[in-house]
Amino acid sequence: MTTTARPPVIVGAGPAGVRAAQALVAHGLRPVVIDEAARAGGQIYRRPPANFVERAAATLYGFEAARANAVHAAFDGLRDRIDHRPDSLVWNAQGGVLDVLHGPTRSTARVPHGPLIVATGATDRVLPLPGWTLPGVYTLGGAQVALKFQGCAIGQRVVFMGTGPLLYLVAYQYAKAGAQVAAVLDTARLADQVAATPAMLRQPAVLAKGIYFVAWLRAHGVPLHGGVRPLRVLGDDAASRVTGVAWHDGREERRIDCDAVGFGYALRSETQLADLLGCRFEFAPMHRAHLPVRDAAGRSSVAGVYLAGDGAGIMGADAAEWAGERAALALLADQGVAVDGARAALLERKLDALTGFRRGLERAFPLPHDWAANAPDELVVCRCENITAGTLRQTVAVNGADELNRLKALSRVGMGRCQGRMCGVAAAEILAHATGQPLAQVGRLRGQAPVKPIPIRLVTQAPADGVSA
Amino acid sequence: MATHALLHRVAETGRATVPFTLDGAPASALAGDTVLTAVLTQAAQLRRNEFSDAPRAGFCMMGACQDCWISTAEGERLRACSTFIAPGMALVTGRSEA
Repeated sequence: MTTTARPPVIVGAGPAGVRAAQALVAHGLRPVVIDEAARAGGQIYRRPPANFVERAAATLYGFEAARANAVHAAFDGLRDRIDHRPDSLVWNAQGGVLDVLHGPTRSTARVPHGPLIVATGATDRVLPLPGWTLPGVYTLGGAQVALKFQGCAIGQRVVFMGTGPLLYLVAYQYAKAGAQVAAVLDTARLADQVAATPAMLRQPAVLAKGIYFVAWLRAHGVPLHGGVRPLRVLGDDAASRVTGVAWHDGREERRIDCDAVGFGYALRSETQLADLLGCRFEFAPMHRAHLPVRDAAGRSSVAGVYLAGDGAGIMGADAAEWAGERAALALLADQGVAVDGARAALLERKLDALTGFRRGLERAFPLPHDWAANAPDELVVCRCENITAGTLRQTVAVNGADELNRLKALSRVGMGRCQGRMCGVAAAEILAHATGQPLAQVGRLRGQAPVKPIPIRLVTQAPADGVSA
Repeated sequence: MATHALLHRVAETGRATVPFTLDGAPASALAGDTVLTAVLTQAAQLRRNEFSDAPRAGFCMMGACQDCWISTAEGERLRACSTFIAPGMALVTGRSEA
């Protein structure tokens, strides 16, 4: 099989993947679109199952309803012109072939790929606190998925905690849906947000929405506290349910009763697939993370591999749409297809203009700089295998681990089922603090196949046929 | 035995019901529920952590944290947040009989 006979493949059907698919189809290509979800939209524009009919888009997506509808409509309009593989996880990428697990049938297929657009999205960025493994504690994104995708609240009296734009949005959505929001606890200070205002004014509509959520919550009597240091999630004696949250307000410890907690510190990129494909990574200071490098058009360091959306650096849903389209135009141009150069240039300008705003967001909602220093030894960092901050520090002190994969090999942090998705950020912060190195120096957890757990019989049996090499 | 529900339905309650069993007892979910929703709207855990033995009930809800695996009576494991409930499923949470 020649390379040109292999179809272009897009991994991820969020805003980036959908716009990429649309651009490829507009130029006569028929891409394979592989997505873990049953319905396209990604996490931000995630659609409930088809038999959920009560709530209109305005209820589900609020101010983002028009954009969500546009992305959904764009994808639905491509139905017969793409090869859509829903409910499908790309769990390995090697030698020009993707291994794809279809969840409902628990079967795996080998999909040879031509040019590849990686639009794998993001998950919540988590900095653990004692008690975070109690049932009833979820990520902010998880709390939002429960509401949007399942029509459920994570509790009857919920505290939202951490920082980032999602903090106030999710609290607002819960209150609007009729759940009691006990409090919103923001680790950022009002001063951070004031200092960031000039940069945020580059996107006045986004800033206005944030101000609206805060004002709405305040007007509806939801207690809002800034500059907090989360101390612990309180549980009952059997450690089986959430009873409250304790935090430090700068002067003293304070507590509030609740039966559920949603928390997170903005988002982190899903980069495992880019890693397996051999993309070069660099430390990105603004994101406090190692990310696959890409040019302004979305080309990675590997020929024929393109990166778009939050999976290559958290820039938000609007940027994801632009980056997805831009990456598709780059793919087309690299294949010798004539594309609209002015459109490509416009998309790059729009993406570039967002960078200043993105810096402002990071300044408004900074990752707490003292988190690692304050994390108690008994804190469970790895919720898969119950590995504590104290164990990580001891591994540094006794074994001299000074690099993240070394720390993983010695302590098993990042080796559990989530492969570091939940603990990786925290482990890197603790390692940097314990060794006195800058975060950039401690390295990054290497991606490993399978990128998520798959049934063991799929590995032991011969790969499914259907691939004529 | 923790029997309180973690999740609370606030919308979309007019869907058809789906019968299943939870720890051997008859239970009912709604069509379109994930296994996670089906279980946690009537119980407070999905499983126990292998290392701490503490109850767990998922965390990220988007297929990343791998904390929401649940066993079936046949010993199969399902990722509860990304598997839809189906009629006749027999799910086991590992709740103690205390």
